[in-house]
Amino acid sequence: MAVTALGTAAAGRPALRLRRLEDERWLALVLLAPTAILLGLFIAYPFFEGVRLSLSSARVGDPGEFTGLANFAKLWNDDIFWTSVWNTFWYTGVTTVFKLGLGLWLAMLLNRHFRGKALVRAFILLPFIIPTVLSTFAWKWMFDPTFSVINWTLFHLGFITQRINWLGDPTLAMSSIMVVNIWRGVPFFAISLLAGLQTISPELNEAAAIDGARPWARFWLITWPLLLPVTMVVMLFSVIQTFADFQLVYVMTGGGPANATHLFATYAYQIGIGTGLLSQGAAVSLAMFPFLFVIVVIQLLYIRRVEVR
Amino acid sequence: MIEGALWRRWVFYNIPLILFVFVLLFPFYWMIITSFRPDGELYRPWNAANYMPFWTNKPTFEHFRYLFEETDFGRWMVNTMFIAVTSTLISLFCGVLAGYALARLNFPFAGSLGTMIFITYLVPQTLLFIPLAEIIRNFRLGDTPWSLILTYPTFLIPFCTWLMMGYFKAIPKELEECARIDGASRWKAMLYIIVPIAVPGILSSGIIAFTLSWNEFIYALVFLSSPQEKTVAVGVTSELIRGDVFFWGSLMAGALLGSVPVAIVYSFFVEYYVSGLTGSVKG
Amino acid sequence: MAEVSLHKLNKRFEAFHAVKDVDLQIRDKEFIVLVGPSGCGKTTTLRMIAGLEAVSDGEIRIDDTVVNEVPPMDRDIAMVFQNYALYPHMSVASNMAFGLKMRKFQKAEINERIKRAAGILGIESLLGRKPRQLSGGQRQRVALGRAIVRDPKVFLFDEPLSNLDAKLRVQMRVELKKLHERLGTTAIYVTHDQVEAMTLGDRVVVMKDGVVQQVGEPLELYNNPANRFVAGFIGSPAMNFADVTLTENGGKVTAEASGLKIALPPDLANRGRPHLGRKATLGIRPENIHVAGPADDAGYCFDAGVEVVEQLGSEILLDTRVGSALFVASIDPTVRVRPHEKLRLALKPERLHLFDAESEKAL
Repeated sequence: MAVTALGTAAAGRPALRLRRLEDERWLALVLLAPTAILLGLFIAYPFFEGVRLSLSSARVGDPGEFTGLANFAKLWNDDIFWTSVWNTFWYTGVTTVFKLGLGLWLAMLLNRHFRGKALVRAFILLPFIIPTVLSTFAWKWMFDPTFSVINWTLFHLGFITQRINWLGDPTLAMSSIMVVNIWRGVPFFAISLLAGLQTISPELNEAAAIDGARPWARFWLITWPLLLPVTMVVMLFSVIQTFADFQLVYVMTGGGPANATHLFATYAYQIGIGTGLLSQGAAVSLAMFPFLFVIVVIQLLYIRRVEVR
Repeated sequence: MIEGALWRRWVFYNIPLILFVFVLLFPFYWMIITSFRPDGELYRPWNAANYMPFWTNKPTFEHFRYLFEETDFGRWMVNTMFIAVTSTLISLFCGVLAGYALARLNFPFAGSLGTMIFITYLVPQTLLFIPLAEIIRNFRLGDTPWSLILTYPTFLIPFCTWLMMGYFKAIPKELEECARIDGASRWKAMLYIIVPIAVPGILSSGIIAFTLSWNEFIYALVFLSSPQEKTVAVGVTSELIRGDVFFWGSLMAGALLGSVPVAIVYSFFVEYYVSGLTGSVKG
Repeated sequence: MAEVSLHKLNKRFEAFHAVKDVDLQIRDKEFIVLVGPSGCGKTTTLRMIAGLEAVSDGEIRIDDTVVNEVPPMDRDIAMVFQNYALYPHMSVASNMAFGLKMRKFQKAEINERIKRAAGILGIESLLGRKPRQLSGGQRQRVALGRAIVRDPKVFLFDEPLSNLDAKLRVQMRVELKKLHERLGTTAIYVTHDQVEAMTLGDRVVVMKDGVVQQVGEPLELYNNPANRFVAGFIGSPAMNFADVTLTENGGKVTAEASGLKIALPPDLANRGRPHLGRKATLGIRPENIHVAGPADDAGYCFDAGVEVVEQLGSEILLDTRVGSALFVASIDPTVRVRPHEKLRLALKPERLHLFDAESEKAL
């Protein structure tokens, strides 16, 4: 077969090359078609449909009419909306900082040889693997106002005499939710940063030690800059996920107490699905987009700048 | 490098590590313990006397019985498994093909298509769920598993594609060229040579996709309404809570059982999961 | 003054005993080379001197101070790594300045030292570049420069030339030797290449399986190897070995194997006499074998079947079969010889070596 292929090649060179070009393009089309169809149908189409919805007065069962930016004007004057905006930023910012710090610390603790390392590494990822809703229920049970095991422990250690209303107090509730988010996210950061750490040759650390750098200097001047590309990518994924988070808040507080812990996603759900005001719900969801877009662009630019090394 | 005296090793490395592991795993222990405790022991106030919450001497299967007899929990597990497996297969199929096309073939707009696929990964489900609910209803897929099987790939395919691209790029071109000299067409070379070599990557993508679809919540919450169609996550959230009353024992039992399939799959393929996760971040 | 002494140095990794009772006295300004095959413990020994590995047993002293517990940064040493270990995100100048910055040198002093070192190594034009923009040889020099600016008591080299291509390696060897003559700092150099060991070392330490086989000047190791391992390791092409039995016939001691019967010269015979009837190993270097001529004593000749002829221009290497042994002979390039020929070869009796078959020590 190879001989005949060569034969035709010698005879009709331009014809074969043309056919191959066609072949590649045609093949690419075929290979990408299923993906394109699915993504077009269930991402692109809903996105534009969402934009259309937010510009109308649709409710459940009533398609409504075009109302321009009326929904967004309503949101602008909505206190709860602004609470959820602030909450989302605060939630994303604080948890990301903690996830990064604790995740990095854990990664460095794992970046050495010790017995049982593989087992520890496997177990550590469990909070990230187990379905969010299910593990969040465990936490909710741990935070329960009457039966909290955390309260039990603090009480028996003598730290408290009054019970702590983890989820009922507006300020405390947000912090409790953040604890769960950090708990879930630290393994992801740790494992990813660990992989990044392992690409840094240990010789660099040794050379720096011989050069006279103490452990903190070695970390800050050598390890951290070299880890930056991986750190930025991990942070990008995490920030997007956290910004659009729904499950955690829904299970822990449903957005309460008194709408104090709403994020974009839970508020959109409460309005759009809860009260059936589809168009307004869509508007809340879409309000996420400009912020997400800016965050992503900034991070991508930063990644590109760091990757050039 | 020298880590120093034994005490230093314990203070700086081992003890923090133990603390981390403890905090990360305690909630699961709590889940397990609660699932097996009788109701009488469960509902004791936090400051009650004579109360040891960390252990029980009278384990019971009561909560599990309740799950399977009084609720559709069995059905939920089957639903979720069916949806997860099917959407994973669909996503793998699309992801492998798309990943190969983007990694290996030269065609116009290859770069921008790759970027667009990456960007869709950044459009979260919570942005699309309201309009998608309408669309699902219009397609008459509402309250069926297909509403999820067709929508889950929207966040699974970009990830699989991204991951497979990395794996395909790492396979030397010479292997394909050798196959084509040996007479295989482009398509056959891909099928018989490249894909088998990329099996570890396919496994990694598949496992991560499986855990991701098991973890999805908002689409399942919004698209499914009848109790027997629900997935585990949605069922546990809606059917085990009556008004203000939480059936904590059964809730934890449900949470425990709902976590088991994912944990089992994960435990068999830990290396694949980790390499897939880190591959997506480093690539 | 920078003397390094190792006293009964030991290193164990769990069950693996990597370095066994190493004793060594390194003099001030000496260039000493640790050489041996992979896994012989040379790198581990170097890393213990550097402070990168903890000592299991024994003492390391630098200038009479025991430094076992002293961290690397306080030992006043500089190290050149096999893979150079240049900080990829810093420029060449910053790489070289790093150690000085860590020790809080003044900016002016740092710049002065960098200029001087760059001048010695010829890398002034590279100061602004990043490591990934440099070739292997250039990176090597930067690694050297980083060590030089520190002006330490001891230089440590961990196989610095093994990642360079052959031609560059030869060049750098010469430069290293010149550098040492110019700077005069005590240097400990680890390599698996015996050529580097021979050409660079004031003294050479041959190691195998964690044990020091022999310490001495290069020529001493070459001419008087202490055991079979050292004999076979030093010198290229390697020494030829044949398993022989020693017999005595009328006052003359002969070494016999199938196809080989060599008389031993008087002093070697005296050393071999206590081992009569026992097995031994005969050693002769390829360059000490030549084509037998009329002037050669028959007792030092043997027949060989030529298998491969390697014409190098400066010499011919013959791969021959002598009885059951394979001998390599390096002969005059003008000799005409073809494969499958039979040749009569002679050896230089004063260059014969004899080793005990069991202990492998030289007799």
